[in-house]
Amino acid sequence: MSITGSILRSRAVAALTSPHGVDRFLEQVNPMWAAHEVRARVVEVRRETDGEHPVATIVLQPTSTWRGHRAGQYVQVGVDLPGGRRTTRCFSVSSPASAPGERISLTVRSHAEGVVSRFLVEQARPGLMVHLGQAEGDFVMHESPATPTNNHLLFITGGSGITPAMSMVRTLLRDGYDGRAHRKVTFLHYARSAEDQIFAAELAEIAAGDNHVDVHLVHETDGGRFSEDALRELVPAFQDTDTWACGPAGMIELVQAAYAGSPRLRVEYFKPPMTASGTAEGEVSFARSGQQAANTGASLLEQAEALGLRPEFGCRMGICFSCTSRKTEGTVRNVVTGAESSLPDEDIQICVSAPVGDCVVDL
Amino acid sequence: MTATLNETTETTVTTATTSGASAARAERPVVPGDAAFHRLTAAQLKDFGDEMDAIRQRVLASLGDEDRDYIHRVVKVQRGFEVAGRALFYVPPAWPLAVAALSVSKILDNMEIGHNVMHGQYDWMNEPGLSSRMYEWDNVCPSDQWKYSHNYIHHTYTNILGKDRDIGYGILRMDDDQKWHPYYLGNPVYAALLMVFFEWGVAMHDLEVENLVAGKRTLEENKKIYPGLMRKVRNQALKDYLLFPALTGPLFPMTLAGNAVANLVRNVWAFNIIFCGHFPAGVATFSEEECEDESRGHWYYRQLLGSANITGGRLFHVMTGNLSHQIEHHLFPDIPARRYPEIAEDVREICERYGIDYNTGPLGRQLGSVAKKICRYALPDSPSDLKALVPGFLRRRLAA
Repeated sequence: MSITGSILRSRAVAALTSPHGVDRFLEQVNPMWAAHEVRARVVEVRRETDGEHPVATIVLQPTSTWRGHRAGQYVQVGVDLPGGRRTTRCFSVSSPASAPGERISLTVRSHAEGVVSRFLVEQARPGLMVHLGQAEGDFVMHESPATPTNNHLLFITGGSGITPAMSMVRTLLRDGYDGRAHRKVTFLHYARSAEDQIFAAELAEIAAGDNHVDVHLVHETDGGRFSEDALRELVPAFQDTDTWACGPAGMIELVQAAYAGSPRLRVEYFKPPMTASGTAEGEVSFARSGQQAANTGASLLEQAEALGLRPEFGCRMGICFSCTSRKTEGTVRNVVTGAESSLPDEDIQICVSAPVGDCVVDL
Repeated sequence: MTATLNETTETTVTTATTSGASAARAERPVVPGDAAFHRLTAAQLKDFGDEMDAIRQRVLASLGDEDRDYIHRVVKVQRGFEVAGRALFYVPPAWPLAVAALSVSKILDNMEIGHNVMHGQYDWMNEPGLSSRMYEWDNVCPSDQWKYSHNYIHHTYTNILGKDRDIGYGILRMDDDQKWHPYYLGNPVYAALLMVFFEWGVAMHDLEVENLVAGKRTLEENKKIYPGLMRKVRNQALKDYLLFPALTGPLFPMTLAGNAVANLVRNVWAFNIIFCGHFPAGVATFSEEECEDESRGHWYYRQLLGSANITGGRLFHVMTGNLSHQIEHHLFPDIPARRYPEIAEDVREICERYGIDYNTGPLGRQLGSVAKKICRYALPDSPSDLKALVPGFLRRRLAA
């Protein structure tokens, strides 16, 4: 495949298939053939939990163009939904680190408003083709699983935020000697209830094994919720411990407060924090459609949608740049980083930009 | 040409001029051809615009799997013809078949796929391969330059003299209001050349040579579009006139000729379909003044009067990229073209109710009408115009 791949990616083939590119021909023959793009075929759909918001693990066989991923990274997944619209969302890879072309799995919770997650959990069947990006994200483990250390690693996750941490722990146990992590690992997870617990059987197995991993599962139904005191009891020196935290915005904010700016904490939200920060002043105008309304403080994408506009969007979390639009005047704040920008005629990601005062966007 | 006060209302309404309608010329009231057009009042224009908007909303709401499957099918067929065409050049006796397959491939690529995709007709599918922002067609004109001159200039200022550079493409005289000049005696020759080299004409269109000559544009402004243009020309020439011929080894000259013929077939076909869309007799042109502060209703009205359809079968419509429904295309340029035939039924019905001419006819008739117009406008409007042909010193002597 590598020789074929090199030929297919050569300048000669690009010149012959200009202006469409070689992938536009390969896909007509076999959707699993690609020279540049990444696609994947669903090979298995496994239900993890049932209930109101069921969770499923989707096992994917990517095309040979998949460059592999590091444990903790996410991938953009484009699904051709019924109705003809391709919709793209980001999902963390839940399987251990992959090499080029290797199978990966995503573990997805179906949300009422999440069209892609709902489709993947409830309608995806083996054989379905999806469109992938390459793996992205810096929420990764920097240590080699094959080199034992005396470092202590701490994972704090909530709900489906368990997926990147699971990829890391699975990588440690797969690639460490004798199936052990060879360093102290604390895995602290918050789930709504025992029924909602993702990977319950595998986590029980990990907890029971002699593998240097401590598993602590806390269920809200039993009154469990993240608190700094409970964390200190479990890991007294947590502020000096390499920590990966992933979960809903509310929980992550509590974790960040507990770490008080410690550089050992790495976080990942699976939804950007919403910005009801009290600075919802001024008026938002959408120039091309002529719509305007009082600024609600929500993201420009949400405010545009509330006015009945249908701007293009993808991840809705500032990653894919599908929603990039031109802000002609006004100041916006990036709700993820908090950075404010007042440049005129600036291209902004409207899904993570909230207006600060008057703002005009070319939509 | 000018806005006139309508007698039935107090509002200013617009008039349109027909070009080449020699019957109407006889009356020649204030504006040539005014009588040929049914004028709508401002209130009627508003209702007319609302009805068009309603069609638009209805079709947009119904876009779905069928439209997606359709364009995927067309792409598959086009890719198939392209591969078959390239492959058949290895079989010398199949040369005519190879040329035919490649011609079909290029026509489908440019018209039903390229032109329509670049209008954003399939942007709602969010497929990078069929997105107006990404699509590049099998044509020497770079897509971004085409989108500017076509989607923006031509579709916004359709048939407004002095604004729409597609009226005669800066080369031909196609309208009464273009003043005659001896240069235009070559009208039929220029048209024939434009037909043969159509893709090059389209690519050069963005250099706005006529504006350069008129001093309205500087060479400096053109410099920024040279790199993109040169890159596209190089890529297209490289594959059609060097790489694919070279790959057929000793058949190099045959393949080269075949590729050139396929490009020529596409040029001739596209030229004829496009000229039938805007230049048959009875298509209106507009002045800049009458389109000032234009209402949405009038915009629709202008698109309708400024375009003409061609009748034909289903396959014919597909091969024209559904530009045989130029009227519907101009009303709704970003609606998938396969919907135009169904939309046309509603548009015709609305036109009948408002008493607006709906310009349509078989290919032969529309082509004949266009050819007549090209020849007619080669000639001066009145014998006095011919004076321009007489050298100055002779003219002075004759006058004396």
